[in-house]
Amino acid sequence: MRSPRRRLTALTSVAAGMTLTLTACGGGSIAEETEANEERAAEFGDCGDINMAINPWVGYEASAYVVGHVAEETLGCKVTYKDLKEDVAWQGFGTGDVDVVIEDWGHPDLEKKFFAEQGDGSAMDGGPNGNVGVIGWYVPPWLAEEHPEVLDWENLNDFAEEFATSETGDKGQFLGADPSYVQFDEAIISNLGLDFEVVFSGSEAASITAFQQAEKNKEFLIGYFYEPQWLFAELPLAKVALPPFEEGCQDDPAEVDCDYPETVLKKILSTSWVEEGGPGVELVQNFEWTNEDQNQVAKYISEDGMSPEDAAALWVEENPDKVEAWLPQ
Amino acid sequence: MSTLAPPRPGAARPDKSPPVEVKRWVPSSRWAWALGVVVLWVVIWALTKGNDTLALAGRERTGVHDALAEFRDSVIASRADNPLIQLTYEIGSWFTSVVDWLQRMVSVENFPRPVPEIGWLGVTAVAVWIGLAVAGWRIALLVAASFLSFGIFGYWSDAVDLLIVTFVAVAIAVLVGMPLAVLMGTGNRAVNAVMTTILDVFQTIPTFVFLAPIALFFGIGASGAVVATLLYALPPIIRVAGHGIRTVSATTIEATDSAGQTRWQRLTKVQLPMARKTIVVGLNQTTLAALSMATIAAFVDGPGLGQPVLDFLKTVNVGGAFVPGALIVVIAVMLDRTTTAASEYGERAARGGVDRKRRRIMLAVAGVPVLVCLYLSRTYSWAAEFGDSTWGPRLADAVNEFFGWFTDTFRDLTQGFKDAISTVLLNPLESLLAESPWWLAAGALLLLAFVLGGFRAAVPTLVCVAGLLYFGLWNHAMITLTMTLVGTVLVMALALVFGVWMARSPKVDLALRPLLDAGQTIPPFVYLIPVLALFGPTRFTAIVAGVVYAAPVAIKLVADGVKAVSPTTLEATRSTGSTTWQEVTKVQLPMARGSLVLAANQGLLYVLAMAVIGGLVGAGGLGYDVVLGFARSEEWGFGAAAGLSIVLLGIMVDRIARGAAQKTSR
Repeated sequence: MRSPRRRLTALTSVAAGMTLTLTACGGGSIAEETEANEERAAEFGDCGDINMAINPWVGYEASAYVVGHVAEETLGCKVTYKDLKEDVAWQGFGTGDVDVVIEDWGHPDLEKKFFAEQGDGSAMDGGPNGNVGVIGWYVPPWLAEEHPEVLDWENLNDFAEEFATSETGDKGQFLGADPSYVQFDEAIISNLGLDFEVVFSGSEAASITAFQQAEKNKEFLIGYFYEPQWLFAELPLAKVALPPFEEGCQDDPAEVDCDYPETVLKKILSTSWVEEGGPGVELVQNFEWTNEDQNQVAKYISEDGMSPEDAAALWVEENPDKVEAWLPQ
Repeated sequence: MSTLAPPRPGAARPDKSPPVEVKRWVPSSRWAWALGVVVLWVVIWALTKGNDTLALAGRERTGVHDALAEFRDSVIASRADNPLIQLTYEIGSWFTSVVDWLQRMVSVENFPRPVPEIGWLGVTAVAVWIGLAVAGWRIALLVAASFLSFGIFGYWSDAVDLLIVTFVAVAIAVLVGMPLAVLMGTGNRAVNAVMTTILDVFQTIPTFVFLAPIALFFGIGASGAVVATLLYALPPIIRVAGHGIRTVSATTIEATDSAGQTRWQRLTKVQLPMARKTIVVGLNQTTLAALSMATIAAFVDGPGLGQPVLDFLKTVNVGGAFVPGALIVVIAVMLDRTTTAASEYGERAARGGVDRKRRRIMLAVAGVPVLVCLYLSRTYSWAAEFGDSTWGPRLADAVNEFFGWFTDTFRDLTQGFKDAISTVLLNPLESLLAESPWWLAAGALLLLAFVLGGFRAAVPTLVCVAGLLYFGLWNHAMITLTMTLVGTVLVMALALVFGVWMARSPKVDLALRPLLDAGQTIPPFVYLIPVLALFGPTRFTAIVAGVVYAAPVAIKLVADGVKAVSPTTLEATRSTGSTTWQEVTKVQLPMARGSLVLAANQGLLYVLAMAVIGGLVGAGGLGYDVVLGFARSEEWGFGAAAGLSIVLLGIMVDRIARGAAQKTSR
């Protein structure tokens, strides 16, 4: 062991050195910023808290952070973002952990548990957020270009062998999605008599990686995907035509033999939070934008690598008129 | 060097009571018998293939699944007035407020202050001082470098949050765990057996499976994160500390007992101090287990570095996820080396190897700059908040570039490898396990358990098989078992090659150890994307993820086992002029047989522990079922049943491997 005395000297000199640096450098004072914050808070009045669930996809994140940015910067609310899957997020309405789910793709089962009609009433429908979801079967762009026939379901069987992988043997592989998403692909395949087998990717990241690699290496791939999604900016997947959706054709999960319907995406809000009221509640209730708007912000995040906060701030700055319409009157 | 991972029930777990006298009905060549069972299995399989496989159609669910789902629904429906849930929520909100307070102190802004009460400079100074106090200069430097790296790479708050959750959970784990450890260390054999079984079950539960029920009872965010972390981190300290207390030499206890001490005196003056070193090992394991769980807790909005890792997964940004992932490794290494060094330092101090007076003066003097730093970090922005730095993004870009190149270069090769292993190993084995009628597979597993491990393996296997049938996921369990077995084969292949190499060359050992540590502690989400790019969403991707996680443990065990072969024996072989190959295969490996079996056992359990992660990358089986249950409320019961099935599968393979190991080492 080295001599403790040398240690002492070393430490003392470090201390002395530090004190010197400090006096020299100074820098911004925290006390001043604190005062500024206090003044600002007093000026805004009390907007209250917004607990915003962040479901794990970029489009959702775009919507959530734009609303959150306006709430914080214009109304002075305190916004807390919580990374949660849908199911866990809905559980949080009743406990006060979650106030807002900004983009919901339809969860009849959760509505039954948490809406007033049949469940405990902790959550309520907050109206559409303006986005329209398109779910369906997609193939990478190179495949759509080279073999446009695959874009019609009736020709899929001709290519079944090409779509086969180590997981499916002779059958074609259909890449199922993240289990969070509503999907009837097994039923569609069997009811349309397709020679395919579903392999569940298990996560959105796995699906995206599979599509990216398939495009890069010109490999056959067909799978479940959806719009609006940031990936389309980089990789415009092509949608395969299934028998068109008709009212009622997806009611019995085992009998589905048609395409997915367009989904009007909506906001889900905590009932008790809405009852409390305030400018934050009004803002969230007024919020509505288009798929293009969301894609723009999603592109900032995914392609340009901006943080969600910065991406939202940029869009808000570029679109003052749209934001104006959401503000409480 | 200690192993950087939560321990799992293993064959050489030292706390096993001495082997009970078993009637030695052991066929002299057990492996030949086992082979016979397999041959018989294959023959019957060929005749009955595809019948009674108990495969569930797409959305088919059993009554048990519905009952589990109903249980969950009733918990949610009654949460407003159920006293138990009121209590757990109360506990949960207490944890939330503790974590929240700590965060405002050191990691997030404490409004109206634009920064925490204590900024980075102050926090780092205090941490360094603690490192100095408990473990000396070198560790203090390591701590300083670690804390600075959090800020330099742009994840100060997340890294400190992760430390907060880990420490709160570990503190409670120690408070709750030590009395239990004492109970285990001083209780009779029955107490010991019951507790060991409970701990085994707990340690086999995959991290993911913890989350859904805990979020249900304790709420989301910091509360859920702390509770999940606490429960996951509790077993190692109970187990290891209990073992330490139990193994204090009987002669010492007798000697001091004769001096007329009370039981309390015996505990506090003899048993605890003498078990001190083992207790610290337990603390070390508990801390690292806590760290890995606290990362996964990001799935229920637990604060910490897990959050940015998952964030980057949304945009499949490997490099982005790598940076926070690597910082988790930094934290793991820092905590591991600190606790280990602290125990050595404490040992030396206890033996009088440290001049206490000098040390006190030194620490007091070192306290002065700490106070200065604290003051600065409360006053000036530069000392409170890290400025933006480009190190993080630059590292992320470099990593992305590397993986892009790597994938493009080796993808054909890896795809071919995947296809080969799938055809040669995976598909035939899966066909045998999952396409056998259930009674055949179950019967064969039971027979194998009996042949390899006697009644001590066969009885738990019977219980587990019955449990698997009860939970209604037999077919998926067999698919998962297949992947686990193939993964273990690959793990052992790696372990043999690298383990022997490390044992024979200290340089290789030195170079590989840190990589192995990193492989064990980096969250799998970081490397899932490159592995996906190389192998596609397949069962093999899941196996590779399991192998990355499991190989380090197995490699270390084999290396240590081979190293322990007595040098005299080696000298003797060398003098007879045998080649290196002969030396390895005829002497070193056979003599390290015990370690090999142990490595296989640990490999199995570690690969199985990754089953759920496999569900995220296209593996199907029980892993996917758990993910499904976690993601969709109507499938909660199904997911819970799958989680329980993984536990049963884990206990079963562990008991069989353990039984085999005990007989082999005899």
